[in-house]
Parts: sequence; structure tokens; C-alpha cells
Amino acid sequence: MLLEQLINGLTLGSIYAIVALGFTLVFGVLGIINMAHGEIFMIGAFIGVLVTSVLGLPLWIAFIAAIAVTALLGYMLERIALRPLRGKQGVSHLAPLISTIGVSILLENLSHHIFGAGNHPFRNSFAEIQIQIGSITIYIVQILIFVISIALMLILSYWLSKTKAGKALRATAENLETASLLGVNTKRTITTTVIIASALGGIAGILVGMAFNSVNPQMGLSMGLKGLAIIILGGMGNVKGAMAGGLLLGVAETMIVAYGDSGYRDAVAFITIIFVLLLRPQGLFGKNTSEAGR
Amino acid sequence: MRKIAKKSYLLISVLMLILLAACSGNGTVPASGDSSKNAGGPVSAKIGVISYLSGPGAAYGEAITNGFNLALDEINKKGDVKIELVIEDSAGKQEQALTVAQKLMSDDDIVGLLGPTLSTEMNVVGPEADLNGIPIMGTSTTAAGIPQIGDYVFRNSLPESLAIPAALEKAVAANDAKTVAILYGNDDLFTKSGYDTMKKEAENMGLDILTIETFQKGQSDYNAQLTKIKDLKPDLILASALYNEGAVIMDQARKMGIDVPFVGGNGFNSPQVIEIAGDASEGLIVATPWFGEKDEPKVQEFVKKYEEKYGAKPDQFAAQAYDALYIMEEGLKNAGEADRDALRDALAEIKDLDGVLGKFSFDKVGDVVMEPTVLIIKEGKFQLFE
Repeated sequence: MLLEQLINGLTLGSIYAIVALGFTLVFGVLGIINMAHGEIFMIGAFIGVLVTSVLGLPLWIAFIAAIAVTALLGYMLERIALRPLRGKQGVSHLAPLISTIGVSILLENLSHHIFGAGNHPFRNSFAEIQIQIGSITIYIVQILIFVISIALMLILSYWLSKTKAGKALRATAENLETASLLGVNTKRTITTTVIIASALGGIAGILVGMAFNSVNPQMGLSMGLKGLAIIILGGMGNVKGAMAGGLLLGVAETMIVAYGDSGYRDAVAFITIIFVLLLRPQGLFGKNTSEAGR
Repeated sequence: MRKIAKKSYLLISVLMLILLAACSGNGTVPASGDSSKNAGGPVSAKIGVISYLSGPGAAYGEAITNGFNLALDEINKKGDVKIELVIEDSAGKQEQALTVAQKLMSDDDIVGLLGPTLSTEMNVVGPEADLNGIPIMGTSTTAAGIPQIGDYVFRNSLPESLAIPAALEKAVAANDAKTVAILYGNDDLFTKSGYDTMKKEAENMGLDILTIETFQKGQSDYNAQLTKIKDLKPDLILASALYNEGAVIMDQARKMGIDVPFVGGNGFNSPQVIEIAGDASEGLIVATPWFGEKDEPKVQEFVKKYEEKYGAKPDQFAAQAYDALYIMEEGLKNAGEADRDALRDALAEIKDLDGVLGKFSFDKVGDVVMEPTVLIIKEGKFQLFE
């Protein structure tokens, strides 16, 4: 039972982590919280349902389609909702936050309109493959989700620290104007960041569809809030923090249900976060400076 | 900066003036309800509908308003009574339900209300309607205590306190069950009241309750709760859930290898369960006022018409809404005029009205009197459970 619940927790945590990675990237570079991220995640899940269940195409096409659509959404989010507000005189620093909230409402209601309000099943034979070890059942999907999330984190860390584009991104995060003076194409860097973050959301959406077989227009909201809590826990703008925070929250939630009372699931999870933040206000992996997370 | 502030103050004050003017304008419009009271022709009346049309439970509101609209077409074609519906969205929120209800009540042309969708909403809207003396009928409010709110509060939805014991009794007898696990949504009055009934019934029947687990609306991962339940090996799982969550729970449970039957409440009973969960929905036992496969011309005709119009099979919510408007029609016909008090008295008198749900009567407090049918999902469809 313990092992099985641990696997449940890690699966849930891995998905939280991928969602949080998208949040943390955008926050790290732009210093804003992208409230539309949860809804982009939801759209990714719906694309998965469309491609596999409705059109009956294989899973890898679903992945590509979801990544493509969410990346496009990310591009549009940046062009339509974020860029017009950037660097303008007199625009409040909260304006981009509000504009992403607007996008999230739009996306939720749009998908409500197109797909209907109910849950949509994610029919896929791959999701049924399981390994039996003693009394413990492990699904290939669960392993896949865990592996994908770790891989994404490693790739992202490598990309940020070693490649030229990653360095440009970090320079932009450090100071937009200076980076731009030094010849970094900040416009392109920011667009790339939002696109990558959104594509991560899309991947997480498909994984949720496969793991839990439940996709609905409202799933973005709760996932978005969890993602937000995780990046605060892990340290704003920190990639490793998002990963660790996600896994921690997932395992914590599962263990509370397994050994405590399932009614306190969210309460205990968030109390844990408050405690961590009392001890380390900058988050688990945050830098201990006033500029932490920028 | 200051200039902008000044300008915006000016703008705000102008807007407020306009708002004030608009308010007073509304107040002076005379109520034009007289036309509906001419005694010669058929009674024509406006009925307000409060439904859950946006947000996580919008699927229920959609089915309900579909049921209303289908009945409305037929009633107006028949011409005994002319009804006009004024539909408002409660978004599943108590405060919004109350606001739109007050809006509807303040319209003197509106003689009766249908809805709201959730029992939680009815708990705030019901007393207000009773106070204002306007008859209100819930079509999907199944929690205990709803008709007891007041004389003007009715419902035509089968309460959980009738449905769950019927289902549980048959399920226990058929499976020789001794132990049960209970799973319920703890953030909704509807599923919570279902849980209370389940727990009480299970205790009355001397069943051993192994564990009680909870979940929240819109949750997608139930693996933690289900793994725990799987380990305890119950003979039956009692799930007080709406079908959207319930179907996903069954899907995840069956995948995990839990193969015992589920006993569900009223909200779990929908063809959508089969659509969402597929084979995993096998073995769900529910008691219901509504059975779409019933061999009765009235039922079959309703199913056919509904499918033609909306492209989906009607569920219990649609059927109850459909019947509810016919009950309103009967009430208006018997009242003979579009008057709130006359409608209330006429509604209270209704006995053995034939609907798609069967013969329908109100009891003394305005609650439902009918015999539930117990169904099980077998071979991909709901069948009578013997």
C-alpha cells in the first residue's frame, strides 16, 4: 500500500511539477504570474482527447498536436495580451496579470462552448498497460509521466545554463534594458519563453488526460492554483524548485489521503507550504536576496 | 497623474448619475400584468427559471433547460396555457442564485419559479420566494428538508432519502454484502446529504463501514482514495457523487482492479456515466425516478423528441425538468388565472399527474410521492435490477 500510494503521489507530483515549470519560466523572465497557464494546460488536454479519442490517431501525434497548439496559444498570448502592455508609460505592473486572467476566462469559456461542460474520456490503450509486482500495480503511464517530467527539468536546466539562447534568456531575466543594450534580442527571447512555457503546459495536459482519464474545461483553474503554490514553495523563477515543490506537494496530498482524512487533503498540503515558507521565506531553492526570483 | 485622477473622478460621478437615473426609470414603469388576467382566452403566464448554466456544473443546467424548452414548445403548441420562460444563470453560486431570483420575483408578470439547480442554492432562494409569496419548484434539488422551507416551496425531484435506501437494499441483498466503503463529495450539499442518507441506511442495515473518503468537485485524481479502499476489500462501494466525478471515479477504480459494485445516489444516474467511463461503468446500481428504456409510449416519445432536438439521450435532470413544466401547466390551468397565490394552491392539489417519470403527486409539504426504480449498468446500458 505504501509503495502504491507513493507511486500515486509521484505521478500527481510530476504533473504538478511540469505545470509549475511553465509558471516559473514566465515568472523568471517577465516577473509576472501567467494566470492563463492553467487554461493552456486544459486546452492541451482537450487536444489530446480530440486527436486520440475523436480522430483515433496514435498518441505521439496527440503529443505533437498538443505541443503545436499550445505553443501557438503561447505566441498569441504574448503578442496580444502581454506585448502591448510592456514598456508603455503609465501601465501598472499589475496590468499583465489582469490581462492573463482575461485570457484564462476567455479560454475556459471557449472550450466550454466548443466541447461542452462535462468530463471527456481519454480513450487510449496505452493507458491500460500495467505491470504487476506482487500486489502492487504500476502503470506504464505513471512511469512515463515521471520520466518525462524529470527529463523536461534536466533539458530545461541544461538549456538555461549552457546554451546561448538560455543565457540570453537569463540575461533578459536579470535586466531587460541592459540585455537589450548588449545585443540580446529581448523580444524574441520573451516570445520564446512564453511559447516554451505554454508547450510545457500542453504536455502536462496530455499526461493528465492519460493518467486520470478525465478532461473538462474547469480543470485548468485548480491546476493553475496548485502550480502557483508550488512555485512559491520552490522559489519563484527556479526550475529545480518547481520540480521539487511539485513532487513534494503531490506526495504530501496523496499521503494525507492514505493515512489521514481525505477531507483535509488541500488544507494539510497548503499548511505544509506555509510552514516551509515560515522557515525559508524565499522558498526551498530561492536565492536569499531581496531580488530573489527575478 | 493628478489630471488623470481628476478626470476619472469626473467620469465616475457621471457614470453614477446615469446609473441612478436608470434605477429610477426602472421603478416608474407600471407593472403590465393585466393583460394576462383576461378570463376568456387561455391563461398566459411568465415563469422564471434559475439554472446552473456556467461553471463546473453547467452540464446539469444545460440538460435542465433543454427539458424545459422541449416541454415549452409542446405546451404552447397545445395551447391550453401560454407560457413564457425567463431563464437566468445562477452559475451554481448561492449569492448569484439569490440575486437573479430577486430580479425574477420583482417582475410582477412572473407567477412562478423553476429551479435553482443545486440544493445549496435552493436553501437561500427558497425562503426568499416563500417570503415573497411566489411558488417555486425545484426540479433537481434532492437534499433533505427542501419542501419544508415553506408553503410556497415544492419539488418534483425524487429525494435521496427515498432513492438511496431503495438502491442499497437491493444491492445488499443481491451481493450478500456485509462491508462497505463510502466515498462522497464533501463540498456540495447534494452529495453530502446523499452521504448522510447512505451512512444512516448502512448503519440501520447493520453493515460494517470500513472507511469514509471524501473528494472535491472537479478533482481529477482519485487514486489515493481508491488505493486505500482497494486495500480494505469492501463488498460494496457507496459513492455519493454527481455523474461527472462519479464516472471518473469508477474508471480509475476499475483500472486499479476494484471490481465490486458501486451504489450511487441520484446525481450518479445518467447515461453520461456510460459515455465517460465506458466498460468501467458496469455494476453501478442506482435508484431513479427516470428510466429512459421504460416500455411506455409517453417515455419513448419524449426520448425520441429530445434526441432529435439536442442530439443526446435525456438524463434524469432533463426528464424532471420536462415534467416540472407540465406540472406548472396543470397548476396554471387549474388556477384559471396567472396569479401567484392561485398557482400555489393549484399546485398543492395536484394528484396522479401522468408524466414521463410516472404518476406524480405532491404530499402535504410539497414533496414528491412516487415509487423509485432500481437500475444497474450491465452490458453498456442501464437495465432493471432484479
